[in-house]
Amino acid sequence: MITDRLALDRRSFLIGTAAATGGLALGLKIPFGAGVVRAQDGSPEINAWVVIRPDDTVVIRIARSEMGQGTLTGLAQMVAEELECNWAKVTTEYPTPGESVKRKRVWGNFSTGGSRGIRESNEYVRKGGATARVMLVQAAANGWGVPVAECSAANSLITHKPSGRTVTYGKVAEAAAKLTPPTEVTLKDPKDWKLIGKPVKRLDTLPKVTGAQVYGADLKLPGMLNAAIKDCPVFGGKVKSFEAAKVTGMPGVRHVLPVGDSAVAVVADTWWQAKTALDALPIVWDEGPNAQVSSASIAEMLKAGLDADQAFVRNHNGDVKTAIAGAAKKVEAVYAYPFQNHAPMEPMNATAKYTPDRCEVWVPTQNGEAAFAALTAASGLPADKCEVYKIHLGGGFGRRGAFHDYVTQAVLIAKQVPGSPVKLLWSREEDMAHGRYHPVMQAKLVGALDAGGNLTGLHCRLSGQSIITAVFPQLLQDGRDNLAFQGLDPSGDFALGYTVPNLLIDHAMRNTHVPPGFWRGVNINQNAIFMECFMDELAQAAGQDPLEFRRKLMAKHPKHLAVLNAAADRAGWGKPAPQGVHRGLAQMMAFGSYVAACAEVSVSGDDKVKVRRIVCATDPGYAVNPAQIERQVAGSFVYGLSALFMQECTVKDGRIEQTNFGDYSSMRIAQMPKVETILMPSGGFWGGVGEPTICVAAPAVLNAYFAATGKRIRTFPLKNHNIQMA
Amino acid sequence: MARMTINGKTSEVDVQPSTPLLWALREQAGLTGTKYGCGIAQCGACTVHVDGKAVRSCVMPVSAVVGKRITTIEGLATNGVLHKVQKAWVDHEVPQCGYCQAGMIMAVAALLKDKPRPTDADIDSTITNICRCGTFQQVREAIHAAAKA
Repeated sequence: MITDRLALDRRSFLIGTAAATGGLALGLKIPFGAGVVRAQDGSPEINAWVVIRPDDTVVIRIARSEMGQGTLTGLAQMVAEELECNWAKVTTEYPTPGESVKRKRVWGNFSTGGSRGIRESNEYVRKGGATARVMLVQAAANGWGVPVAECSAANSLITHKPSGRTVTYGKVAEAAAKLTPPTEVTLKDPKDWKLIGKPVKRLDTLPKVTGAQVYGADLKLPGMLNAAIKDCPVFGGKVKSFEAAKVTGMPGVRHVLPVGDSAVAVVADTWWQAKTALDALPIVWDEGPNAQVSSASIAEMLKAGLDADQAFVRNHNGDVKTAIAGAAKKVEAVYAYPFQNHAPMEPMNATAKYTPDRCEVWVPTQNGEAAFAALTAASGLPADKCEVYKIHLGGGFGRRGAFHDYVTQAVLIAKQVPGSPVKLLWSREEDMAHGRYHPVMQAKLVGALDAGGNLTGLHCRLSGQSIITAVFPQLLQDGRDNLAFQGLDPSGDFALGYTVPNLLIDHAMRNTHVPPGFWRGVNINQNAIFMECFMDELAQAAGQDPLEFRRKLMAKHPKHLAVLNAAADRAGWGKPAPQGVHRGLAQMMAFGSYVAACAEVSVSGDDKVKVRRIVCATDPGYAVNPAQIERQVAGSFVYGLSALFMQECTVKDGRIEQTNFGDYSSMRIAQMPKVETILMPSGGFWGGVGEPTICVAAPAVLNAYFAATGKRIRTFPLKNHNIQMA
Repeated sequence: MARMTINGKTSEVDVQPSTPLLWALREQAGLTGTKYGCGIAQCGACTVHVDGKAVRSCVMPVSAVVGKRITTIEGLATNGVLHKVQKAWVDHEVPQCGYCQAGMIMAVAALLKDKPRPTDADIDSTITNICRCGTFQQVREAIHAAAKA
């Protein structure tokens, strides 16, 4: 036994000792033999998801990241529902990716994107809560020497019904932690849920209104230095030379360092000193061949794809060519969607501390495991000498999920100043120059109407970037990027809601040197505009009401239709709108949820568009926290409408032209429409919340703008047409 | 050395006079509740009060605030009691990621001082902070609630 202990690392030994003597625990919690696993304060883990302190505080472990979307609270609700604990005593903590590696991924996937936080982990986190409850009740029954069937739990209290005896979770936690977990647990029937489905208050609000919440950008560590960085503004370019001597004498400057072969960092006592020196540092770039690329050259490349012979086919039935050739009326339109930056309020940052024996990173990340992978790769150290500490994010929206370029940079800097923690913070300008941009896409849509105005054929040809090719090429299927078709699929979580007798949806992949990324909603942003605006164009050409035209195609898609009907009804579709107000519709299925919107706009003579009201209906299957879902809907509309009206990253000489919120604007409160959310969970499936609704705002507003003006806008953002958001 | 009063305490801050107040607060005074979002006075995440007025501290050099009274988000509550705007923010669960909210709250607190019962038009013309999470619907509700408190 002694030899076993010595084989363990020192921190585990300290914990074991502390726990055995009832003293304060100091660090981590790997047990010896079959011992109890302990949290940092010595409290026992009932299982990986639940720690219970002697004062009955329940610590729920959350592997996914909180970036504002409320997943921290929602996931805690799910564990607590099955645990039958006192919600008022619930707190949360993030397990670390290093611990996850040691414990064989006991917390599952850390990735927080694709609206998957709750929909993909709901079952195993509920089982985590249920398993812990069973163990706590068993421990109480054992203590009393009574059959477990005579005991029940509620509100962190276990009751032995025949005798009326009670005991709290905190009192039996030690004993429960020693029990063997049950192999099978039964989850509650959703109709018995008491906490899931309730608009309970978020667990993370107070520190966000007092300034106490520490974001990555706020981190302070003893002896910490601060770094500012510039990467070659042309993607793929390199550093040719820099004149460190010009800035080494500036206040606070400690180091001027190359970072990889494409970036330079200044390390100083404060970040402002580092940034000031970096701005004064002469750097010569080797921009490479990408410096020839412009928005115009990219647009030409995509345009050629619209009529290319070769394309990846995703959704196909009937014979669309024949249908179009024989159409009584043919409708055709070309749309284009630009590059856009995520621009979360907190610019990219990471803090790294490196020694030859250990490398640690503190970072706001949507995926702790991906940050960990970036850290191990950049440090060159084995996984057991690395650790990542996650921090709540000041916005993510996809930028901080698959991409950890800032982690790599922070580690490469820290390796050059071993022993000193270094906080790397990007300027907003660096953030604008080095995003992972919403992909550019064009689409050519051709529809065939028969003499009765029925849609007999539809071809939607996409031409543009593939995120998967750039980021996860191993996920391509015979070269095809299925993600490009989100919302246009034949079935599944992104199923098209229309049945068309002759249908072809295909993608001519046209990649650029501008790195694409997953931007809230990902490919549904443009696909919803293409499909839903074109549906309106077809309805117009057929002389039919846009709602009725859609309904005829949706008989086999009852859930799509249900949300569309709900949004239209609540908004008063078909009834007179107030003077000067015009309505537009859109619907989609994305990330497993059904969404629809009806927008009301008014347009002044100088093309100022006031989006007055948007009614949104969504069916996410189950609604864990309705109050937070309403906030996600309204927030997604701000993100989506900012993109529609204001946002485009243009390329000139191979680099992004926009530099800050001055030329890359975002909605303000004056432009906020009244958002009404109809939450209509129909049960039986788990759909996403953070992203799906984003995609219906833009086409609903565009269709309303058409209703108001008779003008179809097919390229974005609207500011390029001198259309402003009032 | 620049002398200023931060949250009621007179401090000597050792920075170049051209340093923006934002960075003096964050890196010298250790008050990180005030955020960096853009550095060009566009987003408002850095909003603090200088002699009671809302100011975007990222473009305000320390030399311009010498001898002035500065209040940051950390100094908005009094004796541990939340300011009515903070209270309304909690009641209406305004923050999502929360990064912009300190600046938003400081801007709103200054507005309510000038206009205790602001109209929607007052809010629209005065509160121009960017929130990428899109909390505006709750921000508006909470402003009206704070005004009534």
